[in-house]
Formats: sequence, structure tokens, C-alpha cells
Amino acid sequence: MSSDDGRPRLAVVGAGPAGLAAALAAAGQGVRVMVIDSAEAPGGQFYRQPAAGLGARRPQALHHQWRTWRRLREGLDRHIAAGLVTHRPDHHVWCVEQRPEGPLSSLGSRRFTVHALRGPAQEDPVEVRADAVLLATGGYEKVLPFPGWTLPGVVTAGGAQAMLKGGLVVSGRTAVVAGTGPLLLPVATGLAAAGVTVAALVESADPKALVRRAGALAGRADKLAEGAGYAVELLRRRVRTLVRHTVVEAHGTDRLEAVTVAELDAGGRVRPGSERRIRCDTLAVGHGMLPHTDLAEALGCRVEPDGTRVWVDDEQRTDVPGAWAAGEITGIGGAALSLAEGHIAGRSAGARLQGREPVPDEWAAAAKSRGELREFLGVLDTVYVPPAHWVDQVTDDTVVCRCEEVTAGAVRVAVAELGAGDVRTVKLLTRAGMGWCQGRMCGPAVAGIAGCAEAVSRRPFARPVPLGVLARAGETAGKPGKPRENEDADDIP
Amino acid sequence: MVGAACALYAARAGLSVVVMDRGPVAGGTTGAGEGNLLVSDKEPGPELELALLSNHLWVDLAAEPGLGAAIEYEPKGGVVVASAPEGLAALERFAAEQRTAGVEAVAVAAHQLPDLEPYLTPGLAGGVHYPQDAQVMPTLAAAHLVRASGARLLTGRTVSEVLRTPDGAVRGVRTDRGDIHTPAVVNAAGTWGGELAALAGVTLPVLPRRGFVLVTEPLPPLVRHKVYAADYVADVASDSAALQTSPVVEGTAAGPVLIGASRERVGFDRSFSLPVVRALAAGATRLFPFLERVRAMRTYVGFRPYMPDHLPAIGPDPRVPGLFHACGHEGAGIGLATGTGQLIAQVLGGRTPDLDLAPFRPDRFDGAGANEFSRETP
Repeated sequence: MSSDDGRPRLAVVGAGPAGLAAALAAAGQGVRVMVIDSAEAPGGQFYRQPAAGLGARRPQALHHQWRTWRRLREGLDRHIAAGLVTHRPDHHVWCVEQRPEGPLSSLGSRRFTVHALRGPAQEDPVEVRADAVLLATGGYEKVLPFPGWTLPGVVTAGGAQAMLKGGLVVSGRTAVVAGTGPLLLPVATGLAAAGVTVAALVESADPKALVRRAGALAGRADKLAEGAGYAVELLRRRVRTLVRHTVVEAHGTDRLEAVTVAELDAGGRVRPGSERRIRCDTLAVGHGMLPHTDLAEALGCRVEPDGTRVWVDDEQRTDVPGAWAAGEITGIGGAALSLAEGHIAGRSAGARLQGREPVPDEWAAAAKSRGELREFLGVLDTVYVPPAHWVDQVTDDTVVCRCEEVTAGAVRVAVAELGAGDVRTVKLLTRAGMGWCQGRMCGPAVAGIAGCAEAVSRRPFARPVPLGVLARAGETAGKPGKPRENEDADDIP
Repeated sequence: MVGAACALYAARAGLSVVVMDRGPVAGGTTGAGEGNLLVSDKEPGPELELALLSNHLWVDLAAEPGLGAAIEYEPKGGVVVASAPEGLAALERFAAEQRTAGVEAVAVAAHQLPDLEPYLTPGLAGGVHYPQDAQVMPTLAAAHLVRASGARLLTGRTVSEVLRTPDGAVRGVRTDRGDIHTPAVVNAAGTWGGELAALAGVTLPVLPRRGFVLVTEPLPPLVRHKVYAADYVADVASDSAALQTSPVVEGTAAGPVLIGASRERVGFDRSFSLPVVRALAAGATRLFPFLERVRAMRTYVGFRPYMPDHLPAIGPDPRVPGLFHACGHEGAGIGLATGTGQLIAQVLGGRTPDLDLAPFRPDRFDGAGANEFSRETP
């Protein structure tokens, strides 16, 4: 179904809030857009939808901003019907390749190739060629280890939320929600609303510190109201909230039976004697979010040295010409910020792909929202940080890297006795971070235990790719018209 | 790795040793290597002699209590295959020359290849089996050799100056965290050895030659030896700056299969290159068709310390008394580390080295060679 009508093509990677907002904005400018996403349905993590077969009657009960989602979804459907946007679900992108030659708007050269895998085993290659790419790859949850964290029954906070949103499955009867960050609130209320007894919400930060920064927060009364709404909900559900507390151990033989929580002092150390045990069969734990920067990094985009964000300018352009980025990968900020960034990125890409200088006045509202939210989130980031001395609680026999079963003790030996001084050398000496997840889960934990700085992990393959696919990747590049098995390059309508 | 081996043998010779690195242990090319201890890819000559010496020393080290397992030493042997009869004839001539130099090289007929490597592609012309080839996990090897040496390890410390006496002899090094006084400095800075030599006022033409390695998901032992195609030897010895890839496939103790080897001279460019790893994958799947569906988990890049004549610089620098070089081993630094360390320890102690060091003279590029080098600098 290859058709080249002369319109420039934009490939958007990710169909969450940022990707969808970008796709709609770019299509609104007359650019053809291919939205490539790993999930079955659009929406990303935030607007995750229950599988149709489950027959959920009121999925909005689990979502706020349902109206925003409806608007995005209707816009997407409209552009798809008009043939301007194509949505490709279940496409797992492993690499975005750039061919160096050719100016951005020179049609026919299709400077970028998005390499993806699809099918139940993620083995079938798909290549999409485009004149520009917009990376909206989102984020994933950061979890720090503690004794017992690998027991069945311990799940990530985001995982618990995903189960609620996607499968409407309730994992246990008595839950503790723990860690730090704004995500814990909706997780606790969501679990409670689904009929789970939430025995405690354990937050290591002290949200009262937010009040001291009220000036910066005043501009986003909506976000404060959102937080207040959760607080009311927690009260109504009789969820006990323990601030400046942390889970120091999860107990159980075959699966989780209880957790020990303890109070933190002002310096972030566990206050001796403050430990108490709470019975539960589920522990949802999270310590914030990290961005999926792999594709951007391999493409050559500048990533901050600590790996927390892809650098972008006011138009959401990366420093690689023809590559835009929006949403969590330019700094964790949640759905509202992702929508604003996606809109700006889509507007900018749409204009520039057609050789027009974009007019920032056209997105003034989104830019204002972006500015306020970034300021707001900057404050949240200073408040919601893991306890300064979380590493003290990690015993030597605690497994840190689950893929390779590397313990905290092995990491400490690598540093103290074998001369490791950075995450990479710890990895090479211990295999921590060499397994299936390539250190996405254990990276921050290993860095913390090793006492060295978190660094950008280079993962040229954003996901594992069969060697047979790799061996033939892009082999038709520059040879138009040559058909190829499993190939549907150039089929943006 | 070379520095670690120098430290080990120097310490065992009774010297007091300080190991210094601006990064962590194995932070340069060592950590990006496959850990090959090879005799199979070397033609008769000084490098092969060094490889055979090193090979014996690795065997001895691996026999020390606990050390062999700690460094994942595997005397797995190498298998070099040829796809066509002409290639096989050339390979067998090469092997015959190697045998006269003391290499064990066993001709393998096409129908015998499956006995050595059951999953090799059918239809190959034949090959040669090299039982002396072995492998270690290079980062572990470097770290454990430093530890076994008992040397003082100073990581994260950058040498900013080589201190000299009025008559030009080495008297120590200046670092970003203080001076270290010593009458002897060994330059084991690998690909960055030229920079360290420059701090001592001498030129040493070490150039980076970039290589990518592909790492697969962990597998049961399906690839038993280090297996490569006969054209690898030609690529290793080549002077071309252009990209060359020849398939090199081997299993590891930990399970993943490592796939090399690419060579290109592009300076210290660390950026990912899909065309290079695509060529590696294509070569590996041609040798082992089962790899088609095996997943590549990651790829990493390293810079081999390359010298214009493909030989390392080993031994005292006649231009600066007290300065010794042990760098420029290109892609063979892990394998050649033990022999290099032993030779350096011998000359440090004033003893006669086991091998003639003349071919490895650090000043051999002075004069015409230096001009040639400067043209090649990227």
C-alpha cells in the first residue's frame, strides 16, 4: 500500500499522551504520521485501557482526565479515517537509524528508518521510513531493593496500577503501598476503590515540605487539588498514611506475609526502635520514574549525563536534526506535561517538515502549561527522593540484579576489593545489569550500593533483536522497489 | 590487562608496585574485549613467540588455587574454518608454517567439523583446530591479577606529568592527587599509550582501531570453541582504515555468545553503527545458522591500540631512562598480557628477558616511520 503523494512523513514512537498529542498536532499541519507503539491499544501507561474482552463498563472509574483521553481518542480516529495518521500497535521498536545524507525536507530520501519487531514472539521485522522522528517513548518505574523485595507478592507501584487499569485484576486482599513519589497516591486509592484493604501508605518523603515551596506550586492549583483529592479519598477509605517512613524488610517464606516499616530521621536514616510489622499479602513499591532514553541515545541525541532526560530546545527538538522528543523522556513529568510537550513537538515537526518556520504563538497555551508544570515538578523532585541512606538497609545477601541474581555483597566486593569505580566496571565484574532487562531495573540500585554516580546506560538495542533480523536490517535502504519478506516499509498511507 | 600483568610479575620479582589508572580497573579496552588468548591467528614471528610464552603463563596462572575459576579461564581451543577449497589450501599452508614455530594445529576435514562444532553450517570446505587457544573474562582477569599482585591500586587518578631528573631519567609521576616517586614507570596505557609517552617527551604511535562486539542472550553450550573464518587472519594483519568484518563466534562461561570482529579506523568515535553490527550478525549467522533466531542483547565498542607494524611496544625506552613501555597490543592485549608482564618484570629487574625485545623496541618508529604515522592520524 505504498503511496508517495509528496507529503512529508513523521514517525512517532510511542502512543501515550505525548505521542498522541504530537501525532494529532503534526497531522493537523498536514503531515502524514505513523504512530508506532508496543501496546495493543493507544493510550500508553497513563491511559491504559482494559482489554476489550473483559467487558469493563466504567473504565473511567480508574482514570482521571477521562475527558482529555476522549478528545485524544476521537482526534486520532478522525485523522486515521482521513488517512493522515496510521496507528501501528504491537510494534516493538529496537532501533531508530539515521542515514546521514540529505536535507531534512528532501522527499524520497527518508532519512530515518524505525526498526521494529512484532508478532507474539517479537520476531517479525518491520521497517518504517520517515523524514523525521518524534520520540515519545515514556518512562518506567524505578524500584530500589530491600531485604525480601524479590518475594512473590511484592510488585511495583506502577505494576499494581497497570493491573488495575489494564486487567482490572486485584492481586491480593491486604496491600501496603510504599516508596516515594506522587504515583503512590493514585495506586493506594485505586487499590482501595477496587476493594483491597490498604493497610498503609508508606511514603519516605515528607510532603509537608511541599508547603514550604508553596510559591512555586501556586501556579498549578489543579495539581494541588488533584493531590488533595487523593488525600480525601485515602481518608474516606481509612488508609493509614505514614510519611517519613520506609519499608525495611519484606517477610515471608514462599510469598509475602508481612512487611516491617520504620520511621526515618531528618537525615534519612532509620530511627532505631521505630520498626513495626504490618501483615499484608501485597506490597506495591515504587521510587519514582526513569525515562526510556535508549532509542534517543543510540540515535546520537544528547542525554543528560545522569540519564534523566534527553536534551530538547523550546520546540522539543533534540540536537539531532530531524529528531524531536516529548514526554517522560525529556524529564519525568506526568501526563499533563507530556500532552503539552507532545503538542509543541508535533506543531514544530509539522511546520518544519513542510519547510515552514513554526510560529510559537500558535502553541502559547501549551508552552505556558509546560513552563508551569516543569517548575511544579522541579519542586516535587526535590521533595520526593528516596531516603538518603536507603543503601544501609540493603543486606549483603539481598539480590540486587534479579536477572543475573547478583547480590549487594558481590557489588560491594567488586568496589572494595577489585577496583571497580563506576557502574560499568561493577557490571563487568559481577554481571549485574547484563541480563534480560539490561540493567533497567537494577541500574540505580547498583549505582547506589557501589557508591558511584548513575550514568547513562548505552543500550544500542532498545530491546533484544534476533540476529537474523539484525543481519538483514535495512538491507533495502536506498534500493526502492525491491520487495522483501515481512517488509512493509514505506507504507505510511 | 597488560598493566595488571606487569604488576603481578613485577611484584613477584620482588619489586614494590603501584598500579594507577585514570578510570577504574579495566576501564579502557580491556573491559570492551572478548578475552581471547590466541595463537591461531598469528603468523610465525615475534608476536607468535610472545603469544606462545603468554599462553604457557596463562596456563600456569589458571592452575593457581582459585584463580582459574575467578578469571573464567577456559582452554576451549579454536577452530578456523574455510568455506571454499582455495581458502582451505591457504589456511593449511598457514597452519603448516605455524606448526614449525611450535603451534599445535590439527587439520580437520569437512566431515569431521561436526564432531568439533555440531551446529556449524554444512558445506564448509574444512578447517584447522588449534587446541592451545583459550579464553578468559578480561575484566575479571585484570581485577584478579591486580589483587593477586598485592600492588597498591590507585584508581580514578590521572597522570599529568612524568617527572624527570636533570639528566632526563624518570623519577616519578605527577598526578591530579599528588606525586608518586619511583625510578621506573611502565606505560601500560593501551590505546592511550601515545599520550602517556608524550608526557615523557617521546613519541609512540599508538592509534585506535574500533571494534564492535555483539552479545547474545545466554545459551546452553552450543558453540564449543572459538570459531572464526579464515579471512579473519588477513583482516587482523591488514593496514586498511576501512571497515572490515570477519565472523568470530564463541560461547562464554556465563552463557552468552560473543560475536566479533569488526575493525575500522575512525578515531575514538563511540557512536553506535548499525551497518557494522549488521555485518557482524550476518557473518555469525552464516557460520552458525541456529543463531538466526537467537537474540542480540547488547553491543559494545572498544578501541584496539594499534601500531603501524601491528607489534606492541615492549621494553625500556632508550630515549628516557626509567621509562618502559607495555602497550600497543592491538586486539591481542589480553592474550599477550602475561608474556608482556613477564618480560617487563625481567628487564625491570635487570635480567635477560625470555624473548629478544628488538622487534618490540619503542623507538622503532623514529625517523621515516613517524612521518607516515602523522599522515594516518585521524
